[in-house]
Amino acid sequence: MKLAQEAIDKKGWLGAHRWLILRRISQLTVLVLFLSGPWFGLWLAKGNLASSVFLDVLPLTDPYVFLQTLAAGFLPASSALIGAGMVVAFYFLIGGRVYCAWVCPVNVITDLAAWARRRLGIKGGRVPDAHSRYWILGGSLLVAAWSGSLVWEWVNPVTIIQRSLIFGLGGSLTVVLAIFAYDFLVASRGWCGHLCPQGALYGLLGDVALWRVSAARRAQCNDCMDCFTVCPEPQVIRPALKKAGQESPLILDRNCTACGRCIDVCGKQVFTFTHRFDQRSDS
Amino acid sequence: MISNPRPESAKKAAVSPAPGRRKFLNGIAAAAGTGCLLNLAALMLARPAAANPPQALRPPGALDEPGFLAACLRCGLCVRGCPYNTLKLAPFGGAAVAGTPVFTARDVPCEMCEDIPCVKACPSGALKHELKDIGEARMGLAVLSDHETCLNFLGLRCDVCYRVCPVIDKAMTLESMHNPRSDRHAMLLPTVHSAYCTGCGKCEKSCVLPVAAIKVMPIKLVQGQLPAHYRKGWEEKEKHGSSLIGDQVQMPVRGMEDKAFGDSRLNDTGKVGSAPGGLNSGWKP
Ligand code: SF4
Ligand code: SF4
Ligand code: SF4
Ligand code: SF4
Ligand code: SF4
Repeated sequence: MKLAQEAIDKKGWLGAHRWLILRRISQLTVLVLFLSGPWFGLWLAKGNLASSVFLDVLPLTDPYVFLQTLAAGFLPASSALIGAGMVVAFYFLIGGRVYCAWVCPVNVITDLAAWARRRLGIKGGRVPDAHSRYWILGGSLLVAAWSGSLVWEWVNPVTIIQRSLIFGLGGSLTVVLAIFAYDFLVASRGWCGHLCPQGALYGLLGDVALWRVSAARRAQCNDCMDCFTVCPEPQVIRPALKKAGQESPLILDRNCTACGRCIDVCGKQVFTFTHRFDQRSDS
Repeated sequence: MISNPRPESAKKAAVSPAPGRRKFLNGIAAAAGTGCLLNLAALMLARPAAANPPQALRPPGALDEPGFLAACLRCGLCVRGCPYNTLKLAPFGGAAVAGTPVFTARDVPCEMCEDIPCVKACPSGALKHELKDIGEARMGLAVLSDHETCLNFLGLRCDVCYRVCPVIDKAMTLESMHNPRSDRHAMLLPTVHSAYCTGCGKCEKSCVLPVAAIKVMPIKLVQGQLPAHYRKGWEEKEKHGSSLIGDQVQMPVRGMEDKAFGDSRLNDTGKVGSAPGGLNSGWKP
C-alpha cells in the first residue's frame, strides 16, 4: 500500500498532512518576520537567526553561534547574552529539536531530499555514524578555541542558508545544492540526522523538554512501518512504540524533532502530541 | 610460506573486542573521524579567507580583525541599523569573510551618523559600544594613492575629496607647494592626517576620476610605523624650549664658500641669494 494511504483515507489528505503543513507555515512565517522589513518596510524582526531583535525589544541569539564566540574567547555583550538565554530557555522547555522541524529552513531541503529519495526508490549510500554530529559539535568548539575565530561559521550551511535567504545574498545556492545532493545521493537523512552540530546542540538543550510525542495508542499499531519511513530520526520511535527498553509511551529521545509526521501518516492514530508527564497508553 | 591462517585469526579474535563492542568502537572512530575531518576542512577554508580584501572596510567601532572574527555573530543587525545602506553582509564564497559586515567606500561610504546606530544595534559588542563619538571611529585610513592622476597633483584645483571630508581641515588638509612645472603656481596637495581620519570613505567615493586616486583601506594595510626609539628632533626641541645638544657649530661647505648653507642647489648665475625658491634658507642641522 502507498505510504500513509490508510491515514489519507481516514483523515483526508489535509488531515494526513496537518503537521507537515503547519510546520511549513511556521518555517515560512519565521522568514517572513525577517523579510517584511526589507520588503514592505514593516520591521517585525531584524537581524537573522544567528541573532535578532523582535519588535525592537526582544533579543534572541542562537546558542550555537553564541557558544562558538565563547569558545573563541570572547564574552559577548549583554544583549547577545540575554538573547541566548531566551532561546535556550525556550527550547529547554519546549523541545530542543523543535528548532529543526519548525524553524530551520534547511529542514525543508533535507525533507525534500528524503521525499525524492523515497519517491525514486533510491536505497543505500554511505551513512555516517549518527554520533558524528556530537563530534562535529565538539570539534567546532575546539577549533574555535584554538584559532580564536568562528571557524565553523565559514562553512555552517544552516547559518549560511538562512542568512542568504534573509539578506538576499548570492553564493549560497551551492550550499543548498550540496546539502540536497548529499542527502539525496549519499546518505539518507545524512545532514540533519547525522552531521548537523547545530541540530545536535538543540537536541542536547531539549533533552528534558516538555513537548513530546506519545505512542499512546500503541496497541493499535499494525506494523505498517509508515512512521519509521517518514521519521527523520527513525531510531527514536522504537522504544516508545515497541517498549524497547522503556515502559513509557513517550518518545523521549532528544533527537525527536516534534515534527509530527508520525502522527500524520499513522492510519491507526497511534501517535499524539502531549507533554512529558502524560504516561497514558493503551498497553 | 603460507601457513594455515586459522590459528592466527583465532588468536586475534581472542584479543580483539567482542563484535558488538568492536562495532561500537568502530562507530566512535568513524564519528570522531567525520568530526575531525569536517572541522579541519572548515579550518583550511577559513585560514586563507581570514584576510579580507583591501577595499572591504569594517563598520565603525569594530574590534581589530582577530577580535572581530571571534566576536561577530554574523547577524546583520548593524546592516539593518544603518540608515544609508552602507553596510553589507559579505556573501558566502566572496572575498570577504562570509556573513560579516563590510562596506566598500567607493560604493556607499559611511555617513558618520552622530548617534552611530550600527554600533548601537550590535548585540555582541563586535562593534564596541564604548564608541560614542563617531569622530573617534577608525574604519580605515585614506591614502592619496596615485600622485600621477590626482588632479591637485597635476596642479589643478579639484579639491573635491578635501571638501567632502566630514572632518575637513583636520583629517584632510590642502598643503601648498611650489609647482615646479609651471614654476609660478602652487599645488594644493590633499593630505590625510591619521590622527583625525575616520576612514569614512567619503573622499574615495567622491573622487571625480573614473578610478579614485584617493582610497580608504584598513589601517593595518596602509599605515607605517616609526621605530619606537625614534625621536623627532624638532619636536623634542620644542618640548624642551631649546636645542637639547646646544647650538650647532657652523661648518663651511668646502668649495661652496660664500654660497648657501647646506644647500647645493644653485641658480644659473651661481650667485648667493639670487636663486629663487628660498635658497639660503638658513637650514642648519
Ligand atoms: S539538524 Fe541542523 S540543518 Fe537540520 S533542521 Fe536541525 S538545525 Fe537545521
Ligand atoms: S518521532 Fe514523530 S515527531 Fe518525532 S521526529 Fe519522528 S516523525 Fe517527527
Ligand atoms: S555610522 Fe551611520 S552611515 Fe556609518 S555605518 Fe554606521 S549607521 Fe551606517
Ligand atoms: S551587529 Fe555586530 S555581531 Fe551582528 S553582524 Fe554586525 S558586527 Fe557582527
Ligand atoms: S576617509 Fe576621507 S573623507 Fe573620511 S575622514 Fe578620512 S580623509 Fe576625510
